[in-house]
Amino acid sequence: MFDFLFYLFAVIGVGAALFVAFTPNVVHAALALVPTFGSLAGLYLLLGADFIAVTQVAIYIGAILVLMLFGIMYTHNIARLSGEQVTMQVGAGLVVALITLFSLVAAVISTDWPVRELSEPQPTVRRLGVLFLTDYLLPFEIASVLLLIALVGAVVISHSVQAGKSKDPS
Amino acid sequence: MIGLNHFLVLSAILFTIGMFIVMTRRHGIMMLMGLELILNAANLNLVAFSRFVEGSIRGQAFAIFVIILAVAEAAIALAIILSIYSNQARINLDELQALKE
Amino acid sequence: MTLRAFLIVVIPLLSFATIILFGRLSRLRGICDRIAIAAIAISFILSYGIYRQAMSAYDMGEPFLHLTAAPFEWLTFDHPEAAGQQVSWKIGFWVDSMTAMMLMVVTIVSLLVHIFSLGYMKGEENYNRFFAYLSLFSFSMLLLVLTDNLIILYCCWELVGISSFLLIGFYVNRESAAAAAKKAFVTNRVGDLGFAIGLFLIYSHFHTFSFREVFERIQAGEMSSLKLTITSLFLFCGAVGKSAQFPLHIWLPDAMEGPTPVSALIHAATMVAAGVYMVARLYPVFTPDSLLVVAYLGTFTALMAATIAVTQFDIKRVLAYSTLSQLGYMDGRPGGGAFTASMFHLTTHAFFKALLFLCSGSVILALHHEQDMRRMGGLWKKTPITFLAMLTGCLAISGIPFFSGFYSKDMILAGALEFGMRHPQHMLLFLALLVTAGLTAFYMFRLLFMTFTGTPRDPHAYAHAHESPRNVTIPLLLLAFLSISAGWEHLGLGGFFKERVIPWGKPPVSAHHAGTPNPLFDAAYAQEPPATEGSGASATLSEGNTSPTGHGEEHDDLAHTAHVLATTLSVIGSIIAICLSALFYWERFRVVDPARAAAMFGRFYDLSYNKYYVDEFYDRTLFRGLEVVRNFLARFDLRIIDGIVNGTASGTVKTSRGSGRFDLSVVDRLVNWLAEVIQGYGQRIRRIESGVIQNYVLKAGGAFGVMVVLWFVMKSLWGGA
Repeated sequence: MFDFLFYLFAVIGVGAALFVAFTPNVVHAALALVPTFGSLAGLYLLLGADFIAVTQVAIYIGAILVLMLFGIMYTHNIARLSGEQVTMQVGAGLVVALITLFSLVAAVISTDWPVRELSEPQPTVRRLGVLFLTDYLLPFEIASVLLLIALVGAVVISHSVQAGKSKDPS
Repeated sequence: MIGLNHFLVLSAILFTIGMFIVMTRRHGIMMLMGLELILNAANLNLVAFSRFVEGSIRGQAFAIFVIILAVAEAAIALAIILSIYSNQARINLDELQALKE
Repeated sequence: MTLRAFLIVVIPLLSFATIILFGRLSRLRGICDRIAIAAIAISFILSYGIYRQAMSAYDMGEPFLHLTAAPFEWLTFDHPEAAGQQVSWKIGFWVDSMTAMMLMVVTIVSLLVHIFSLGYMKGEENYNRFFAYLSLFSFSMLLLVLTDNLIILYCCWELVGISSFLLIGFYVNRESAAAAAKKAFVTNRVGDLGFAIGLFLIYSHFHTFSFREVFERIQAGEMSSLKLTITSLFLFCGAVGKSAQFPLHIWLPDAMEGPTPVSALIHAATMVAAGVYMVARLYPVFTPDSLLVVAYLGTFTALMAATIAVTQFDIKRVLAYSTLSQLGYMDGRPGGGAFTASMFHLTTHAFFKALLFLCSGSVILALHHEQDMRRMGGLWKKTPITFLAMLTGCLAISGIPFFSGFYSKDMILAGALEFGMRHPQHMLLFLALLVTAGLTAFYMFRLLFMTFTGTPRDPHAYAHAHESPRNVTIPLLLLAFLSISAGWEHLGLGGFFKERVIPWGKPPVSAHHAGTPNPLFDAAYAQEPPATEGSGASATLSEGNTSPTGHGEEHDDLAHTAHVLATTLSVIGSIIAICLSALFYWERFRVVDPARAAAMFGRFYDLSYNKYYVDEFYDRTLFRGLEVVRNFLARFDLRIIDGIVNGTASGTVKTSRGSGRFDLSVVDRLVNWLAEVIQGYGQRIRRIESGVIQNYVLKAGGAFGVMVVLWFVMKSLWGGA
């Protein structure tokens, strides 16, 4: 069962990711990310990381993808897109990507990982919470500040977008 | 039996696809998607290690931090792309060549 | 005392923070300049206390007050090799006579420059920020001097670089200033990379950054001489960048885009001398061989910069090249005793060069920001105080007796001559330094005559010229006084330098006479055989006239002869050079027209005027160097595919053709030829800078891929065995 689920999620995830890579339509690509991220969430569940799986669904599918769709809608220009070249340097990219893949896989296989005995997965939410409020308190706070800064930054940048628009209507 | 290597290879594949997208797509938001894929591949690695090697859940904590970074990055990057779009009416990042020598 | 050292460093930092953070508050806006001056003045007073303490401690026979009473533990982690052990980086202060000396130099010059800036920068935009930057610089420079470990030294090294960057680019609206700042920063990076590698080498070997531990373990012979030489040469790269020595000297003249007080403080007196200070501070790391490299490079820089300075017309650029030349001088003194002479010259140079720069600032102020000497002239009537101060500075830098430059320059020349007499194959060093001394006198008086004597060449500017306000002239007078007296034995610092500033590990002279050998020192220096005439190509550097090895008398004789000879030669040379300069440039005595002389020497004049085309050379090589390499590799690949035989044949033909052309062109004009070829390469493959971000990612990935493939190839070739 475990094996079957792994291969199922892996095939869905990789297939959808490949679709993202090769579809000319940006909207389709963004939508294809949904199964990719979803299958990743499934994989996290298989790994016993329940909290991360939920976070993955909530943040990636719920927030980031929606954000991107907003961005696409905002900038989408159908007349401009049709017949336009959407990719570049595909051949070279393919070569580089394959070499990278080959070297990564070779590194993974040739390394002797110190794998430990697997235990029954435990619920992680409580332990993560404790970890964040003790050992990782400082990084956690810094991450909060980072999010705040990102928020303010995004507002400031898009504010200047508004200002630029009002000055230059074109 | 599915082991650590399966997850690592899967994550390598996802990473490569993400990198391929970043290299070959002209659309700014598509490049962002590639970046998100790369970050996800890294996350999968972290969680897999935390399960198979580490034993504790520190790897998961790191994954959460990566997700936080991804959110911040996506927000800022989108804001920048929108701002470029509204200022220069361009969405294909290869057309921006101010850095060109 | 630890507290005092701490305060010296922290007060300027506080001043910087206050001005940057709260400088806009209405209550503080008007007094930011005074905050900065008060901070540096307090540092100066505290430094004076440390200076007195270091002197008396020296006389008691304990020259190295190592203040680790309350070292701050910065980081602690597991020892990378010995399991179970911990390594901790401790931070403390290190005070010895050299530190005390540097403290005095930095705080005095800095204080006077602060005061000068009150008048000079008056009414400038961002006036407060200027003082904030000055405070930041003072903080980093003082910490650099006081620290007791390499890592903080490196941090401060970068901090002074940052302050220098900020201050060169202070006139943010001027494009040339921004470009100069970037150039200074990037050029320094090149040197600092070497410095960092040196640090890594030391750390990977000793697992500590503390000066004391590193020195002790080096003197215990824990590092092989070869490795030590390599390490010290990497460290010296940092000094090459910061002190603007030959290959990396290009940034300093451009740095004159900054305000003149900055040029005086950072790019003449203190920061650029940090390179010399670093060599002196890390003296135990330097082996005789690497010191010889340092000496040759320094001498070369000194001579080259002096020949450039002769033809420049921008008053600040002349001074910049003069600074280069004098820094080369400090590095150029070979031999074991280099230390004292270099530090002495550093001190006197700091005073008189700051004086010269501030004087040029005063002239520039008087003429409303005119910097071209061809449009000056006759100013001595209008600005008598500046003229007198400038005259003092010129006399000091020319090495006229009774001025401070005489004593320090003399010490360097005498040392070089002594070294040359001992090792005749290195006599060239002395000759080059002597010629440089003459050239120095020539171009400094050329500057003086062109600026202050003769008829005004620009009547309009002359009519509006005026003496600078008092807060400008008072620092000038103080610095003039220091420029005269810094070399005097009793009044100034000369006596301090006679014996007190010595490298770590060497016993104070008094203790040495009393017959109490320092085991560390003897262990390190006893290995050097007593120097004899022509003792072989390995160039053993003798310890000079304070060697404890029993050859004292012979040494003293030689040293004495060398001293008298060097003094006589250099004074005669300087006076002749000054007279020559007068014949060229003082209108009343003019017998030679400089323009005709320039035409006579046509090609050499062009070379010098264009600074030997070093900038252009870098432009066409280094900046496109990567592309050249890439192109070369691409062609290499093609040839392999086409057939190695063909490739080799055509390669041979090309090489022989290339070398044929090279021969021809060396006879013709080396520089132009080089430029053309490099430009050809550059044109062909400049496209790598596409500006397309996807393309950059692709290239990074491709580079990674190439490395992986190479790795596999290497592994399959050698890994099996």
